Order: sequence, then C-alpha cells, then structure tokens
Amino acid sequence: MSPKVKFEGLSRELIALRVSREIKEGSYFNLGIGIPTLVTNWTEGMDVIPQAEIGMLKTGALAQGEEVNQDLINASCQAVTELPGSCYFDIAESFGMIRGGHIDVAVMGALQVNARGDYAGWSNPARGLFVGNIGGSMDLCAGARKLFIAMEHTTRDGEYKVVKELSYPATALGKVNMLFSDLAVIEITPKGMVLKEVAPGLSAADVQSVTEPRLIISPNLKEIEL
Amino acid sequence: MDKVIPSIDEAIADIKDGAMIAIPGFFACGVPRDLLQAIIRKGTKKLTLSCGCGPLLGAAEELRMLVTNGQLKKVIDSYGLFRSASKGMADPFEQAVRNGTIEFEVFPMGTMAEKYRAGGAGIPAFYTPTGVGSVVEESNVTNIEANRKPKETRMINGQKYVLEYALKPDYAFIHAFKGDREGNLRYAKTARNFNHVMATASRVTIAEVENLVEPGELDGDDVHTPGIYVHRVVQVPRPSFAITID
Repeated sequence: MSPKVKFEGLSRELIALRVSREIKEGSYFNLGIGIPTLVTNWTEGMDVIPQAEIGMLKTGALAQGEEVNQDLINASCQAVTELPGSCYFDIAESFGMIRGGHIDVAVMGALQVNARGDYAGWSNPARGLFVGNIGGSMDLCAGARKLFIAMEHTTRDGEYKVVKELSYPATALGKVNMLFSDLAVIEITPKGMVLKEVAPGLSAADVQSVTEPRLIISPNLKEIEL
Repeated sequence: MDKVIPSIDEAIADIKDGAMIAIPGFFACGVPRDLLQAIIRKGTKKLTLSCGCGPLLGAAEELRMLVTNGQLKKVIDSYGLFRSASKGMADPFEQAVRNGTIEFEVFPMGTMAEKYRAGGAGIPAFYTPTGVGSVVEESNVTNIEANRKPKETRMINGQKYVLEYALKPDYAFIHAFKGDREGNLRYAKTARNFNHVMATASRVTIAEVENLVEPGELDGDDVHTPGIYVHRVVQVPRPSFAITID
C-alpha cells in the first residue's frame, strides 16, 4: 500500500544530528549501518562513548589519508581513528557487553517499524532469499537498554515504512523506543505511537498521511529543533 | 615446544575434503588471507567455512576462487551477502546460494561469537535472548529447506530464550599481528574480532603471524591467545587490502 505523497524533510545528516541530541551524556552507545553511522559526526565533544561490535570502545573520527590503518575499522567497515582511552577486545566479550545490558542506547536503521515497537531490518523479501545479513542487529535489540530507529519515513517509491503490521521478517518485537525519520520524531509507548516533533514546514496531518498506524499527537507537538 | 611450520602449504597439508574450517575476520579486517590462498592452491573440496562477520566479503577474490573451483559445501555466517542486491545478483557465491549448490546458514553475530566461545570452553549449548520473535527462534536459517530444524526455546524468569549449540570446527585459520614459536598470539586493534574465540573452539588451530618472535619476546601480559590453543604457527608478510564494503 502506498501513500504516494513525498514530503521534503531532513537530510540523513540532520536525522543523525537529531538522534545525537537524544543520547544522554555519560552513555555508551552502538550504531548500526546507514544513517546511524552518521551520528558520531555530531557526538564529538559530548561525554559519550561509542561501542563498535567488532570489538572497540571509544571509536574516533573516520580516518583520512595517512591515518588509515587496515587493522582499525568500525562495525560499518570504515577506517576510524583511536582516541585517548580507546580500547579493544574480542568478539565474545563484545557481544557479552551487548547482550549483558551494558549498552545504554543502540541506534539502528530499519525497513519497517510498527506501533508496538516491532521492527524489520535484516531482510528485504524483494531479494528473494530466505537467508540474509543479520549481523549484530538482533543481539543489540536483545541487550541494549534503549533502541532507537533512524530511517527515511517512506520508501524511495513513497510506500509506508511506518506500518500497522510488518510484512518483512522481524528483527525484534516490542523493542523500539523511539523513531527518528526525515519527517518526524515518534515515541513508541504502550498506547501506541506518539508524534512528538515534525520536520520544519510539516503538519501532524502531513506526517499522518505517510504513516499507516494512527498517530497520537503529543500535546507538546513541536518542530524538530536542530 | 616449537610449533613453527616453515611453509604455509605444509601447515595445511593434512586438511581433507569435507573439513570444517573457522575463518575469522570482520569483513576484510583480521582475515587469514594467506591461509585461504593456501587452501585454494591445495584444492580441498566439500569445505564448510564457519565465519562470523563477512570475512569472505572482505576476501572477495578468494571467495570467488573457492566458489568457481567448486571447493565449498557450506558457509556459516552472520553477514555473508553483499548489501547491494544488484551486486549480489552478480556474485558467484550468492548465485550458488540461490541455486542451492552451496548451503548458507545464518545466525546472529553474537550467537556466532558465543557458539565458538562455548565450543572452546566445554559448554555444549546455551540459551540466548537473541533472535526471539524472529525466524531465528523458529529454526536455523538456511537456504536449504530440508536442513531447517526447529529450535528449542525456554522461559526463564518470565523471558523467552533460544537454545543454540556450540561450534567446534576441525580447523581454525587465524591471523595474528605477532606470535611466538610456542603459539602465544597478539592481535592488532580491531583485527582481533573472531580470531581468539575461533582459536579456542577448533581441534587444530593454524595461525599465520605477521611477526614471528622467540618465546619471551612477547610479554606474558600482552598475550591475547595463550599458546595452548594454537597448534601450528607460520610466518606471513603483512597483507595489504582494501577495507571498503558495499
């Protein structure tokens, strides 16, 4: 089903900026591939520490030129730098840290999200394969204290990604706490999806028109502040 | 106890058709590339390569050779396909997975890590919260339908967990930054990833090391993998590779 309308919203960089504002000082956080990876561009100077599931705490900025070291990458396979206090560990330790509840926030991309906090991200059925790339996504859902989704609000063809029921294979059920898209900031509560912020120039009705489940409009609805 | 083997071909000479080999690496980072090239030269068939996070996407050329030589029976991984669907369609490995000529079995990455940890630590299986609510909970996720077996689950303190089994590969191919003659290993930065747990889990662990040193030259406090887990050591030149992935 397709809402057909396409609204002009935040760039991927600005979605990442909005997500970064929601990561509290003192947090350890983990970022998935895609828009989430961009969040570290905005957390410099904040007292927060990124964990990369490859086995590193405190990943630094992306490495440039001479800084590139093939033995030093983040979980999105980008060359990164280290910082004072960076440390390394093996993969079982890394996922023990993740499943064990030591990561405050995980930020993941998604193909579909629903109002119960279920999300799908590891497999697009259009590819016609039963298998797919699960990576660390399901472990992060199982173990992170909070799960944020950062994604475009609709598909490139304007189809719903914020849906009533997942039609793609689930990554996890009932785990998503907040959704940050190019059009809105939505909190997932036991009552459903609460629309808290809209992109500049958009109304709640605009966001609803490209969102399949019925949104609860926050009494404090405001424009996304950047 | 000198475990150094003079040549890499000698170090893998006993590997027979049908062997299961653990391949570490997180995409191209920490992949035992020289050992992979040696197994390609040897031409061993019906191999099961048990991975963790896409080392064969990192070693794309080696994967292409293994597939076109018909050496692979099965690959186990958490992330083994190209992200881009169009690139995937052109990839001989993905084609073989689509045709069912190679089995591809997928587990979450943390489950892969724990399978090796458990395998090396005498734990036959473990309950994990990872995958609950997804197809991972229902059966093992493989392209070969006949091999999908239901998984056991159990409620513990009101939460559901999935039973996953330990992995004990026949061999592990390890890549270390530094190793001494007795098999004590040290990795570099994020190239450690799956190397240590795979070394502990496997019956025969073969380590390629960029820097071979005498016992004592690697400080005991700096050892990441104690030599008890490592059976053969072979020196290789420092590899050079691209680290990008699509």
